[in-house]
Amino acid sequence: MTELSQIRNFSIVAHIDHGKSTLADRLIQSTGTVADRDMKAQLLDSMDIERERGITIKANTVRIDYKAKDGQSYVLNLIDTPGHVDFGYEVSRSMRAVEGSLLVVDASQGVEAQTLANVYQAIDAGHEIVPVLNKIDLPAAEPEQVKAQIEDVIGLDASDAVLISAKSGLGIPDVLEAIVTRLPSPKGDRTAPLKAMLVDSWYDPYLGVVVMIRVMDGVVKKGDRIKMMQTGAIYGIDKLAVLRPQMVDWPELGPGEIGVFTASIKQVRDTRVGDTITHEKKPCDAALPGFKPAQPVVFCGLFPVDANDFENLRDAIEKLALNDASFSYEMETSAALGFGFRCGFLGLLHLEVIRDRLEREYDLDLITTAPSVVFHLHMKDGEVRDLHNPADMPDLTYVDHIEEPRIKATIMVPDDYLGDVLKLCQDRRGIQMDLTYAGSRAMVVYDLPLAEVVFDFYDRLKSVTKGYASFDYQMMGYREDFLVKMSILVNDEPVDALSIMVHRDRAEARGRVMVEKLKELIPRHMFKIPIQAAIGGRVIARETLSAMRKDVTAKCYGGDATRKRKLLDKQKAGKKKMRQFGKVEIPQEAFISALKMDE
Amino acid sequence: MEDWRNGGFGLYLHWPFCASKCPYCDFNSHVAAQIDESRWNRAFLSEIARVAELTPGRVLNTVFFGGGTPSLMSPDLVQSILDKVRGHWTLANDVEITLEANPGSVEAGRFRGYADAGVNRISMGVQSLNDDDLRRLGRLHSVAEARAAFDVARSVFDRVSFDLIYARQGQTADAWCNELREALSMAVDHLSVYQLTIEDGTAFGARYAAGGLRDLPEDDTAADMYLMTQEVCAAHGMPGYEVSNHAKIGSESRHNLIYWRYGDYAGIGPGAHGRLTQNGVRHATEAVRAPGAWLAQVEAQGHGELAPEALSPVDAGTEFLLMGLRLAEGIDPERYAAISGKVLDRDTITRLEEMGMLTTGTRIAATDAGRAVLNAVLRELLA
Repeated sequence: MTELSQIRNFSIVAHIDHGKSTLADRLIQSTGTVADRDMKAQLLDSMDIERERGITIKANTVRIDYKAKDGQSYVLNLIDTPGHVDFGYEVSRSMRAVEGSLLVVDASQGVEAQTLANVYQAIDAGHEIVPVLNKIDLPAAEPEQVKAQIEDVIGLDASDAVLISAKSGLGIPDVLEAIVTRLPSPKGDRTAPLKAMLVDSWYDPYLGVVVMIRVMDGVVKKGDRIKMMQTGAIYGIDKLAVLRPQMVDWPELGPGEIGVFTASIKQVRDTRVGDTITHEKKPCDAALPGFKPAQPVVFCGLFPVDANDFENLRDAIEKLALNDASFSYEMETSAALGFGFRCGFLGLLHLEVIRDRLEREYDLDLITTAPSVVFHLHMKDGEVRDLHNPADMPDLTYVDHIEEPRIKATIMVPDDYLGDVLKLCQDRRGIQMDLTYAGSRAMVVYDLPLAEVVFDFYDRLKSVTKGYASFDYQMMGYREDFLVKMSILVNDEPVDALSIMVHRDRAEARGRVMVEKLKELIPRHMFKIPIQAAIGGRVIARETLSAMRKDVTAKCYGGDATRKRKLLDKQKAGKKKMRQFGKVEIPQEAFISALKMDE
Repeated sequence: MEDWRNGGFGLYLHWPFCASKCPYCDFNSHVAAQIDESRWNRAFLSEIARVAELTPGRVLNTVFFGGGTPSLMSPDLVQSILDKVRGHWTLANDVEITLEANPGSVEAGRFRGYADAGVNRISMGVQSLNDDDLRRLGRLHSVAEARAAFDVARSVFDRVSFDLIYARQGQTADAWCNELREALSMAVDHLSVYQLTIEDGTAFGARYAAGGLRDLPEDDTAADMYLMTQEVCAAHGMPGYEVSNHAKIGSESRHNLIYWRYGDYAGIGPGAHGRLTQNGVRHATEAVRAPGAWLAQVEAQGHGELAPEALSPVDAGTEFLLMGLRLAEGIDPERYAAISGKVLDRDTITRLEEMGMLTTGTRIAATDAGRAVLNAVLRELLA
């Protein structure tokens, strides 16, 4: 067992690219937790997608043994958290499991927006925070200015900030010392009944569901019979381990310790993040407050390009859902796309990540339809229906009115970009709720329709503010608005997978952008193709894609038929990435790219 | 009857050397300081003997010296090769023996020697009738030299063809029309007109990738130029019999027709491709590409080829179709069925016919419009 005074639990808060994962790698490496020969970059980001995109999606944990300058040995538990707003719920629950945070700021870039949302979560969770300035060896580093900025913008004392270069390893020993000397040790009572927080859970193909816990009080051992207080389910612990970051079997976990167990749990859905775990025989009195489960807010259809892959897609989705309880799915049929699934996600990045994983890990080619939110249809007969898919929109004569979900969006932005942010929010039918300043940063609060945000709002925000804005939101309920279904017709045939719900006043502008985009996205055919946007029977925007004029190899030299045949085979393979609508082939990417609004 | 007999049998000989490399060219051509003609002569003769053994009893319809620049070969070398060819195969009474030539004054001096060796058709790389454009295309000759060489060729050979390249930098449709009319006014019986295409791995490809060559005509302009070329040439009695080739009736390149009619052809020399039917199965042959390596392999192993590939019926059918539809005469669908074991989809053909891309009857042929977008037509037919 480890004494409470010898434990430090912490997370790292940083803007993307400020060096969070590199710092985590260095801490792990310099303490010998992982042998040098097993080291690879972004050690804690185990998914290919995380490594490629340089992001963290799932929270990850590592237990580090550290011999401090005071001669004593400490146990440091690091929980690496995601940075993106879609995964904000992962951040908030991970923060509740630790007592302190390292705030990593790029000394050449300064405080950036994404840092803020997460650092405020750390402050909310009552964390002690140690500022760390990274990349101080860069010529553009301005540590003094950045310190002042941290004090000015976030309100933290940065005079003792640790100066490091995670890349070269400079200052890493100072970080380790600061963790020990400046972060508090956890509190807890070893003799009290077991009380542990379920921090996270995931599916492992060999072990079944793995549950990560933070022990508050009491001691848990292998073989213990435990109870999940919210679900009431009882399990026997088969395996107890700590993460280094691979699992290492561990005899017991006491107060302040973080580890994982398996208990023959079949599905991630059977575990509720934030649940309290106690002993079956000797339970604790009161459960921990728990977390609100994350609700899917963005829906889209996923269809196999090759209809024969439907069963494979079903298998793949079921397997992924085992590991991601925040993702929902139900079967869907589209006139244009055949059989597929209507899936719900936490946000657009979550959608992209799931789609990428399905395509990569399960080798599927997918068509993704336009993302949509859940509208409430108030029917004339008083019934209220949920509309997950614009294609299911009933005849308007039966509909009394339509409500759409709204969010309260909080955006932090340097005042240089304030005008652009306000314009973006107004363009997206936003209603300003608040505008205040903190230093040279403005905090803007807007009431926005979720439908206007789900698609590419975050991308646009990043682009108009050069990445300096942070964005967070919470759901605010439903409100009536003048919403209509806009259909897209390609070569006079409606493509149901491209229909969207849109505000009446914005339909023309939206329709115009969509048909122009589709004109770029659909390759020329041997005939001309009209592309139209329509509300009901009325066309509101139209483009014509002219016919292909020339596509032939000029010279076929010295009888080299092989090269031509291989070229043709390649082109035929490209054709498979298209979907046939009547006589027209539409590339898969069109179903999502057509919706993007590059204003 | 073996299917190749529908197309005939030809021999292609590749001479891989050029005096300089043109910036648009992605063919197997090389610049060499010194060429040991006697070594090349021995290698060619040995390959001819080897291939002749694979094709016993066949009548040879055509011989084609391509390159590179075959007009850099000495007439003696051409003579030696053709003597060897005559010793191994029976030549057709109307055998066509073509040699590609640069239209320079030095080459013109060799034309008589080539004719004495047996060459009866010359194909000249004129490329442009505009001196500025010739320089930009990296050509070493001038328009005046090309015209002079052409006159020499006309006096020596019965049949003379030349190549032109259009859709050049800054070229307008009107300018091309005038240039084409000028070419047609010369006493030519065959004309190859190729659209300039930018290929990876060439000097133009690199310039284009780096943001250069932006004054190339737009796709629509190039398409206009193509269709205009068909009209202007047809009006001059030189209809397009293939995507890029025009001839007076009866003056078509018989050698190239063997490719397009999917006959058999032996390919000898670095990088040369062939199609040879052996035991009833068409084989794709390909020679080692680098000149030095080809020469060394012929000397060391007695052949210059990579392992031949036996084509599946489906692949052979695809080749038959993609070559045959380049021709105005089109293809015989029964021959396609016999080669590939498949039939072309009736609905697809009807659809393409309704679009004006194909004509049908006993033969299936692409229209002028269909040939302009032949790759798309083929994708549909073979989908």
